[in-house]
Amino acid sequence: MSFFNDVRPLFLRLVRYTVRMPVFMVIGVVQSILWLVLFGQLFQRVVQIPGFEAESYLQFLAPGITIMTALFGSAHSGMGTLIDIERGVMDRLLVTPASRGALMAARVLHAGALVVFQGAVILCASLAMGARPGAGVVGVLVVLLAAGLLGCAFGALSNAIALIARRQETVLAAMNFIILPLTFLSGIMMSAALMPAWIRRVAALNPANWAVVAARAGFEGSDWGAVGLNLVWLSLFALACGWLATRAFDRYRRTI
Amino acid sequence: MRDMAIIDVVDLVKTYPGQVHAVRGLSFSVEPGTIFGLLGPNGAGKSTTVRILATLSAPTAGRAEVAGFDVAMHPQEVRRRIGYVAQGSAVDLHATARENLHLQGRLYGMRGVELTRRVDELLELFQLAGAANRLARTFSGGMKRRLDLAMGLVHRPRVLFLDEPTTGLDPESRAALWHEVDRLARETELTILLTTHYLDEADRLAGRIAIVDEGRIVAEGTPDELKRTLRGDRVSVELVAFSELQTGVEVLRGVQGVDEVAIEGRTLHTQVPQGGRAVPVILQALDRAGVAVAQVSVSRPSLDDVYLSLTGKSMVSKDPAEGGRKLEVAGV
Repeated sequence: MSFFNDVRPLFLRLVRYTVRMPVFMVIGVVQSILWLVLFGQLFQRVVQIPGFEAESYLQFLAPGITIMTALFGSAHSGMGTLIDIERGVMDRLLVTPASRGALMAARVLHAGALVVFQGAVILCASLAMGARPGAGVVGVLVVLLAAGLLGCAFGALSNAIALIARRQETVLAAMNFIILPLTFLSGIMMSAALMPAWIRRVAALNPANWAVVAARAGFEGSDWGAVGLNLVWLSLFALACGWLATRAFDRYRRTI
Repeated sequence: MRDMAIIDVVDLVKTYPGQVHAVRGLSFSVEPGTIFGLLGPNGAGKSTTVRILATLSAPTAGRAEVAGFDVAMHPQEVRRRIGYVAQGSAVDLHATARENLHLQGRLYGMRGVELTRRVDELLELFQLAGAANRLARTFSGGMKRRLDLAMGLVHRPRVLFLDEPTTGLDPESRAALWHEVDRLARETELTILLTTHYLDEADRLAGRIAIVDEGRIVAEGTPDELKRTLRGDRVSVELVAFSELQTGVEVLRGVQGVDEVAIEGRTLHTQVPQGGRAVPVILQALDRAGVAVAQVSVSRPSLDDVYLSLTGKSMVSKDPAEGGRKLEVAGV
């Protein structure tokens, strides 16, 4: 199968880029750990509000910040595609018989893998700070799975926007415009039980919220039904974004 | 000849949105094992043509076959048989030379010992063995270009497209690359389609040349055939003073057999049936008009002159590395 033969080297090429220029990945991790420390301290007593679902805010925040990192870490994946186009690398790859789908899939998988790695570091840091996953290793894996799916989805979305707009500025502006509201219209920092009703309704339609609900329920081992349901929604969303990116890539190839 | 052509292009048209006519009905064919040059200024449609032949762009109309397959109908078959070296380097700057070549090979389905051996062979062939494990961003322009070329050859293609291969290179790297391309063509069965806006490059490398202007081919033949289409010789008269240029042009136009005069610096170029006979007449006429002459030369026409006579335009390049001549047409 050409697709599987091609995805691997193309994916490894992107991983090599990240390893050789880790600055953005490292900044993402450091910033998230900082949020963990700062918000963990600042909102320590939020848990005392009647109805809040957790006993330790750090424990509550750890999966949330992991998901937030996945959102921010994957949003600029499309920039790399634009740089490839600018440098002629895209043309060089398109002239080979490589599977067209593999070219896009490698980007999307790279976005997912990147945020899984970032998430693993953040979860380790949160464990060191005293968070304890009720579901143990399985809990951690569920958080990373949710993060990875969200990373793939937004990586694909970012690529779709990049291939349609073909300007780095547009990708930055559009993705920032999308991800910041999604962060605050979700349960990343606040218990759903304490949200205003309208935000709760919006959050129910927010893929970032699906990821955070699945991640938190998995981390605590509290509700496997919610884990399964939200992971299904998240997977469907990731597939839809992947389809969009593929369509945008087809369109790009027709117009060059 | 068409039957054995390895590249066959018939009435190719490419129109971009907004009625931008990049290619307007181009036809040519290339015999296997030869170097064919598409010569023309920037924006003539050369790169667009090569992009269509390399399956990157779809033609608006017309037909193109490469290595026996239609580029629009069977792009995958074409891709397996061609190498493409774009204008400007397309190496992965954050990968080593070896990694660049390896990835390229993998995408052609090569792997294992076969691929490793081929990569080593190419590193050796293009004098990159010593830099094999260095990141490409530390490479000089010439090294990057050699790596581009090696990457285009990793899967042993039958046809290699070289789009402006020496643009932006220093003269030394240029000469070295010419040598490589020449050797490839001589020592292998490879067919090379080269685009260039350097007349000397086309003259030096290509067995046949098509001159492209505004999306059309205006002449085709061997470099010698093209030069022969120009009757007579080129006479160049260098004047002493810039201030006398205009008078000089008028005097020359008055000489029998002269119909076009081009200005380059203080020098006037013209085309005459017989240089030996025209020179005394020209000198006499200039003397009578009081125009002082510093130097006169007679030469066989170059591709430069062929281009000028065919299009009525000179090939002006803003590229300082070119070293080519800048010509202005002063009259018809």
